[in-house]
Order: sequence, then C-alpha cells, then structure tokens
Amino acid sequence: MEYGSQSFVAMFDAIARTMDENRDHLCALDGVIGDADHGIAMQQGFSAVKQAVDALDVATVTPTDVFNTAARVFLNAVGASSGPLYATALMRAGATLRGKTAASGHDLAALVPAMTRGIADRGKAAPGDKTMLDTWSSSSARVEAMLDAGAEPAAILAAAIEAAEAGAQSTIAMEARMGRAARLGARSVGNMDAGAASAAVLIKAMLGSFVA
Amino acid sequence: MAKTKKIINSGAAVVDEMVEGICLAHSDLVMALPDSPRSLVARHGPRPGKVGMVIGGGSGHEPSFLGFVGKGLADAAAVGNVFASPPPDPILACARAASKGAGVVFLYGNYAGDVMNFDMAAEMAAMEDIEVRTIVTTDDVASAPPDQKHKRRGVAGNFFVFKAAGAACDKMLPIDEVERIANLANSRTYTVGVGLSACSLPQTRVPNFQLGEDEMEIGLGIHGEPGVERGPLRTADAIVDDMIDRIFAEMKPARGDRVALLVNSLGGTPLMELYVMNRRVRQRLAEAGVEVHATWVGPYCTSLEAAGASVTLFHLDDELTGLLDRPADCAMFRA
Repeated sequence: MEYGSQSFVAMFDAIARTMDENRDHLCALDGVIGDADHGIAMQQGFSAVKQAVDALDVATVTPTDVFNTAARVFLNAVGASSGPLYATALMRAGATLRGKTAASGHDLAALVPAMTRGIADRGKAAPGDKTMLDTWSSSSARVEAMLDAGAEPAAILAAAIEAAEAGAQSTIAMEARMGRAARLGARSVGNMDAGAASAAVLIKAMLGSFVA
Repeated sequence: MAKTKKIINSGAAVVDEMVEGICLAHSDLVMALPDSPRSLVARHGPRPGKVGMVIGGGSGHEPSFLGFVGKGLADAAAVGNVFASPPPDPILACARAASKGAGVVFLYGNYAGDVMNFDMAAEMAAMEDIEVRTIVTTDDVASAPPDQKHKRRGVAGNFFVFKAAGAACDKMLPIDEVERIANLANSRTYTVGVGLSACSLPQTRVPNFQLGEDEMEIGLGIHGEPGVERGPLRTADAIVDDMIDRIFAEMKPARGDRVALLVNSLGGTPLMELYVMNRRVRQRLAEAGVEVHATWVGPYCTSLEAAGASVTLFHLDDELTGLLDRPADCAMFRA
C-alpha cells in the first residue's frame, strides 16, 4: 500500500478532529500540575494545520510539503513549548519522505522515531522526565524493534499506538524534571503529564488514520 | 461545573482584540506592526545606535509584557496566546523593528516554551546579521533552591529587570554593558507569591485548580499553576512575614541597604489588601534597617483574574538606583 499527499492531509484532519474532542480533557490534566492551556494549544494548532493543509493542491505537493506546511502553521499558531517541539517533529517527519511522492507502510512506521528524535533534540528532555517524550520514546522504541525484526506495517502501527499509551501511563508515577510541572517537585507525582497524554492521542489519531 | 463569567467576544479572538484595543488607546506610544499584528513596537523607542530591547511572553499577565513598551523601557514586545510563549515569527519581527545597528537584547521569564521560541527567533535574527543577547529572568525565589537558581521562574520581578535594562539601552550603553546590567538586576531581584484562588482561561472558562475554602498556595507562579506547597490561609502579616523571611534568607540585607519594592496583585486581589501587605513589608524592612528607595503597589504582572499577590525586593546599588530613576514612558507605566 502506498500513501500519497492526500493520505497525509487526511491524517492531519483526523488529528485535528481528535484534538477538538480531547481539548477539555487535556486542559483539565494540565490544570492539575501546569497552567491548564495545553488542550487549547493542541486544538488551536491542529485546527490551523487542518485549514492550511486542506487548502493545498494535493495533485502538485509532495508528502514532505504537507509536513512542512503543517510544521510552519503549527509553530505560528501555538508558540508555547508544544509549538517548537511539534514543529521540529513534523519537519523531521517530512524530511524522511523527501524525494518521494508516496510513502510505504514501513515509511509510516519510521515517522515515529524521526519525530521522537526531533522532540528530543529541540526540548532536551530525557525519558523519565515526565514529558511528551516519555510517550514518544516508548512508541519509537517499539517501532524500531519491530522494524528491525521485519514485522508487517499494520502490526507495527498497532504496536506503536499501544506503546504510546503505555508511555503516557508511565508518567503518572514520575516526578517532573522538565517544564512548568518541574517546580512542583514531588507534588507532580500521581498525575499524568498533559503533554504525554496529548502525544498518545496524537499518535493514535495519526497512525490510526492509515489503519482505518 | 459553572463557567466563570468574562467580558469577551470569543476565547479565540481575545488576544487579538486586546492588542487592537491597546493600540487604539495608546496610539501615541505604541503600534502593532502591520504585517505582524502580535508584535507591539514603541513609536519613540528604537533609534540609531541604541541597543534594541525586545520583551515578551504569553498574554494574561497584563500590564506585562506589552504595557512596558515605550521610551526608556522595551522597544517591542511579542505577544503570545494566553499563558503561551509567542512563536518565533512575531519575536523576529520585534527584533527587526528594534534593531538599529547596536544589537538587540531579548528579556523574558524563564519558561521552557519561551526559551525555545526566543532561541529560534535569535537564530533567525543572527541569519539576518542582527546580534542578539538573551537574558532570562529568574526572580521567583520559591520555584527552585538557591543552588538551582537557573531553574527558577521569572515572575513579577521582571518589572525591575526590564526597567534597569531599558534604562541602560536608553542611555545608549553598548550591548555588553546592557547584558551585564540586566544580569546584575536579575541576580538582585527576589519575588515570593501566594495564590488564593485559581484563574480560568478565556477558551475554557473553568478554574484551573481547586483550593479549599481556607487554603492558599505558597510560591505560586503567574499562570495560575499550583505553588510549591499548599497551606492554610493566614493573616496578611503572617503571609508577608513568610515572604520576607524567604527573601531575606537569600538577599541577606545589611543595615543601611536600599531596595525598591513591588507589591503586585495577580489580578483579583484589590489594592486594599496590597496596601495592608505593604504596611507589614515596611515594618519588616524598618526592623532590618533596610531603606526603601521607591515603591510600586498594584497589578504589574497578573494571572488573569486570579486572587493572590507577590512581594518583590530589588536590592539596589548606586548603578541600579540611577537606572531605576531614569524616565520611562509606556502605555501602562511611567517613571
């Protein structure tokens, strides 16, 4: 199966829909140990992305163009910390598809490790810091292991979604070491990190759009 | 849960409509850049040979940051969404507008999002041959222990750091000197805050945390985020005593030292309570033999409608005193 620019536009539409549905839940999570705006940032950002990619002429743009448009629009709609982190992730995703008019199923799986490295490079967090990186790195590790093992794309995407959710869950027990919640120290334990939660939602919507 | 009441048209439009209103009210002092409406620039600020000063941060802290744009203070402010750092583009537009050949300084509070966006803008400015130096403010004493000062948040004490740095720019000092002075001012600024009630974002209108009837947050930030600990609500004198104890433990004032004082409202706490606090602050300073050179009382760095207050002491020396006293003319601050 090959996925062209139209599939990636549909992918961003699916992400935007999911963020609309999850906005208040993510804000409530963020309110417990942060400033309650994370759901708004993700919803506003991907709603702007949806508008921009929907306006692209899918007959002439490449998947890389779709990702680069999304990165630029997300960054400028959001700012905050998720803006630079996801803009970098989306640019790295686009870079893996450079020169291609369509992606293979294995290419889709490889987006997850590329995006994870982008987030790690930009944000300087490490796994265990109670951030979105805990979700991304959990998902990425599973994808890389399965790619190495020669697994089928559909199985890898399903496992990536599952590992992302597990990564988000793992932040509940962690003490925050990055971002606003870090100032709370031990008080941050017992609550899921909002960025980790939205990352799981994002990965599910993103990869799920291809499985469906 | 009942939604909080706000006088807005829509949560999505609130920041742009606020900027529009500010530009109309203060058209003699500030303007939004036509091609970058979230970049507010001083009409009489930037001038040839002067180091440009760009500040910025999320909205919801008014009069911080955009109210401090004007001659003698910041040349430009980049305006973010509510409680969210501005993205790099409006920051870069501010840097271009403020750049008059002597370099540009970025000053903002120490938050992960602001650091990433301002750093990206600084890299973009460097590609256009604009030299940028960055100073992040870290005045919130409660937000990290003394050996991790670099992790602390910037809160209401921004005001003093901005004022000193803005005056240094206005004096036409070179960028090395402006950077030194801004860092000096930051290292001598100490803030402690308490929160009594949460705020609610215009987009959700839901309080972002719940406090018990007789509770307060100690060491609260300026985004309605919880403080470093929660405790029973105490009297104004007891709250101020705790704040001053925390500040003195680090500032270690000697008898005869001078400070500037800021008693700041987070938005919902009225002047009446701030002046009650100020009374106790002055008693404590008098006991310690610390002289107050200047006092500001009111909302300078807010957290929307949150109830709460902070006390900032700016530990003066002769150089900083001169810079603090220098005139400034901004939409929401004059000296």
